[in-house]
Amino acid sequence: MRRFFLIAVPYLWLLALFLVPFIIVLKISLSDTALAIPPYTPTLDFSAGWQGIKEFLTGLDLENFVWLTEDDLYWKAYLSSLMIALISTALTLLVGYPIAYGMARAPEEWRATLMMLIILPFWTSFLIRVYAWIGILSQEGVLNQFLLWTGLIDQPLIILNTKIAVYIGIVYTYLPFMILPIYAALDRLDESLIEAAEDLGCSRLSAFWLVTIPLSRNGIVAGCFLVFIPALGEFVIPSLLGGSGTLMIGKVLWEEFFSNRDWPVASAVAIVLLAILVIPIVLFQRNQQKQAEAEQ
Amino acid sequence: MNSTKFAPWADPEAKPLIRFQNVTKRFGTFTAIDNLSLDIYEREFFALLGPSGCGKTTMMRMLGGFENPTEGRIELAGKDISGVPPNKRAVNMMFQSYALFPHLTVWDNIAFGLRRDSKPKPEIEARVAEMLKLTRLEKFAKRKPHQISGGQRQRVALARSLAKAPKLLLLDEPLGALDKKLRQDTQFELMDIQEKTGTTFVIVTHDQEEAMTVASRVAVMDEGRLMQVATPDRIYESPNSIYVADFIGEVNIIEGTATPDGEETYRIDWADGQEPIRATSARSFATGEKCALAIRPEKVTISADRPAEAVNAVQGKVLDIAYLGNISTYHVELPSGTVIKAQTANTRRISRRSFTWDDPVWLSWTVTGGVLLAE
Amino acid sequence: MNRLSWFNTVSLTLGFAFLYIPMVILVIYSFNESKLVTVWAGFSTKWYGQLLKDQAFLNAAWVTLKVAVLSSTIATVLGTMAAYVMVRSGRFFGRTLFSGMIYAPLVMPEVITGLSLLLLFIGIGLDRGVMTIVLAHTTFSMCYVSVVVSSRLVTFDKSLEEAALDLGCTPAEAFRLVTLPIIAPAVVSGWLLAFTLSLDDLVIASFTSGPSSTTLPIKIFSAVRLGVSPEINALSTVMIGIVTVGVIATSLITKTQKVRQQRDEQEAARTQE
Repeated sequence: MRRFFLIAVPYLWLLALFLVPFIIVLKISLSDTALAIPPYTPTLDFSAGWQGIKEFLTGLDLENFVWLTEDDLYWKAYLSSLMIALISTALTLLVGYPIAYGMARAPEEWRATLMMLIILPFWTSFLIRVYAWIGILSQEGVLNQFLLWTGLIDQPLIILNTKIAVYIGIVYTYLPFMILPIYAALDRLDESLIEAAEDLGCSRLSAFWLVTIPLSRNGIVAGCFLVFIPALGEFVIPSLLGGSGTLMIGKVLWEEFFSNRDWPVASAVAIVLLAILVIPIVLFQRNQQKQAEAEQ
Repeated sequence: MNSTKFAPWADPEAKPLIRFQNVTKRFGTFTAIDNLSLDIYEREFFALLGPSGCGKTTMMRMLGGFENPTEGRIELAGKDISGVPPNKRAVNMMFQSYALFPHLTVWDNIAFGLRRDSKPKPEIEARVAEMLKLTRLEKFAKRKPHQISGGQRQRVALARSLAKAPKLLLLDEPLGALDKKLRQDTQFELMDIQEKTGTTFVIVTHDQEEAMTVASRVAVMDEGRLMQVATPDRIYESPNSIYVADFIGEVNIIEGTATPDGEETYRIDWADGQEPIRATSARSFATGEKCALAIRPEKVTISADRPAEAVNAVQGKVLDIAYLGNISTYHVELPSGTVIKAQTANTRRISRRSFTWDDPVWLSWTVTGGVLLAE
Repeated sequence: MNRLSWFNTVSLTLGFAFLYIPMVILVIYSFNESKLVTVWAGFSTKWYGQLLKDQAFLNAAWVTLKVAVLSSTIATVLGTMAAYVMVRSGRFFGRTLFSGMIYAPLVMPEVITGLSLLLLFIGIGLDRGVMTIVLAHTTFSMCYVSVVVSSRLVTFDKSLEEAALDLGCTPAEAFRLVTLPIIAPAVVSGWLLAFTLSLDDLVIASFTSGPSSTTLPIKIFSAVRLGVSPEINALSTVMIGIVTVGVIATSLITKTQKVRQQRDEQEAARTQE
């Protein structure tokens, strides 16, 4: 009885507030837009009995998904989201790896503090961290002022409202997600393995390439997924830093829903986004599992 | 000493404290305990001995109430206890990891069980003080478990499980986490406390020396079955199977065929061109029945010449010598290729070794030196 | 290797500069006299004063705090239950679905979570307001709590609970007297995580909030869309300050605890008999 209660409460909560909403999205994505409240058809009418359900089912179709393939706005948005997520994941890795490496090689007594300094931004508001860059990257922002002052440029650079600003935003906000797993992998790495490699004739660089990198692979893979997955559906960064020219699917969904009030299309956009995400999520799960098994 | 005075298992009138009746325990398709029956008597110090995975821990967990038998019944003082939850059993357990509550002091750990019975405060205090004294922990009452040493933790765990004065105390590898020297001292302490409190102890261990030292009776287990239940000396001197003989201590196994040759005496033909061996056995063997002679290395005498009066003597050459300080073990290879171990006590200091590698030697033993076992 | 090579020194310096300079600039400009963020016109705290007088911001802050406290508390209870079920309950009907529903929200894009919850609330005719945001936040943050708590429960020595049962506890008593005190640090960090996630959330709150229940992130977002304002800088500075003090305090507390524990253990090893 106690056990039943223990399982049932969180279970029912998740069923009602996670699974059911998700099924609703799926259902609405198969419906048609209508000028009504709610703004889609058909609506399920249980009072009409079996006939109602049948009618409801025949009213569903894949029209919205066909629409997504026809209007090039959508597939361009998906493609551009994928590209932005990929490029920024690569950039985050490039920025994050040396930091993680430096932390792992830092004296023992510093490491806890360095760790805290990496985690601290994570606890501060995401929105504020993105906002901070608007003041830096805008035409009359701090960066341009500084560069003009040094004389490196004589015209302010246009960075804000471009993809570059989005890359910077993603790298900046997701950097801890990349650093932490890599640091965890490097921290476990036995220093004597590097020494052994050098003893066996490796240069420092080739020891790094042949020993350190392969042994931190799991951390790198985990970090990349942790950045790539949320970056793909990101909304705040492209809408604050990307301007109107940056297409990302999270933004498209938001506008489809709030501005166009086209719920069925917004739902279809969501379903396709999830379908795309399933691949990296499954790969990520497998990587984590493999790692857990290796540790046993 | 114990076995002559205290032997309720030999008394047909005695009522067992614990009775396993045809108990079987399965986990899915795996059978952990296979149709097992066993009686354990009051005030016994009973050891369940066996390799890991033999089912000894499952036996203990069934007594503690953490597992229920799939078939059969378990009685405690004549009452069926299957289905009684652990908190309602007059049985306490000392866990292998000690399972000391890290957030409570030594004092609070020991008082934990007493408080659950909502005993009056002075009574709890008196009992905890008594337990602290018994386990010599008075000085550490206010410390937390991580503030004391491993040996002290072990004693806290013992005090905590004894505090409620259970009818039966279960000890799961109680000394496994201690180093060898401390383990030996603690074994005697455990026996002492068992005697003082008069509690029935059931100990699970994979360490045969530990089982032999502390227990009044030992049950040797393998793959969910009892192989032999007997006093330590009988387990050692009269094993009932090759498995038990091999599991406890070192042993030479010589396989052959038996031929009756006088009362309870058999002739064993064991290798071509070798003199047959003579051995006595209470178990009877038919002519030509396959048998195995189990003989302990210390029962085998090593000498340069064939001892004149020896009934069983074989010749071979020294293959290896293991010097262990108090004793030396000689590995002697016979012409048939069989290797027999012989042990001698090093009674004299720095005596010249009589034999060295490749020396031809004679091994001999008496008619009663070995145990004749069925294959 | 005790000293850092020049390469590591450079990468750490640049890395931490990248992480912290934007925030430092944000803080500096919150004390700017001028309304223009780009021109430094002298030191002033007037934007903080303005912030305190801005009723809309104060209201939003109050709503946010209410939502965060409520949702993180419910999420902690539900998440701890879920973690206990995942680690301890063995097999039960629909276990795979259950664990799927625990992990999925962690990787689900916020826009989808927000959209689906909004469609649910509309579908069942629930008026959007503080309650709907609390429901939404509880749902995704309970998953984070359960991940944090279950990672602690996995390493929890099960024989501690068995010992409690053995000594006469009922299962409920064993949980209250033994399990909960020992996993308390994980439960507390789960709560803190849930609280921060709720404070921080813009997207899900935007979908599930009603006109009367604007949260601080929604307010900031709409203000920021119109451009940089020193008032937002002031607000950000306040928030950064609170978090910094909190994080440093927690890490100092855990550090002294660790040091004390190590000292105790060394002492214990020395006083063997």
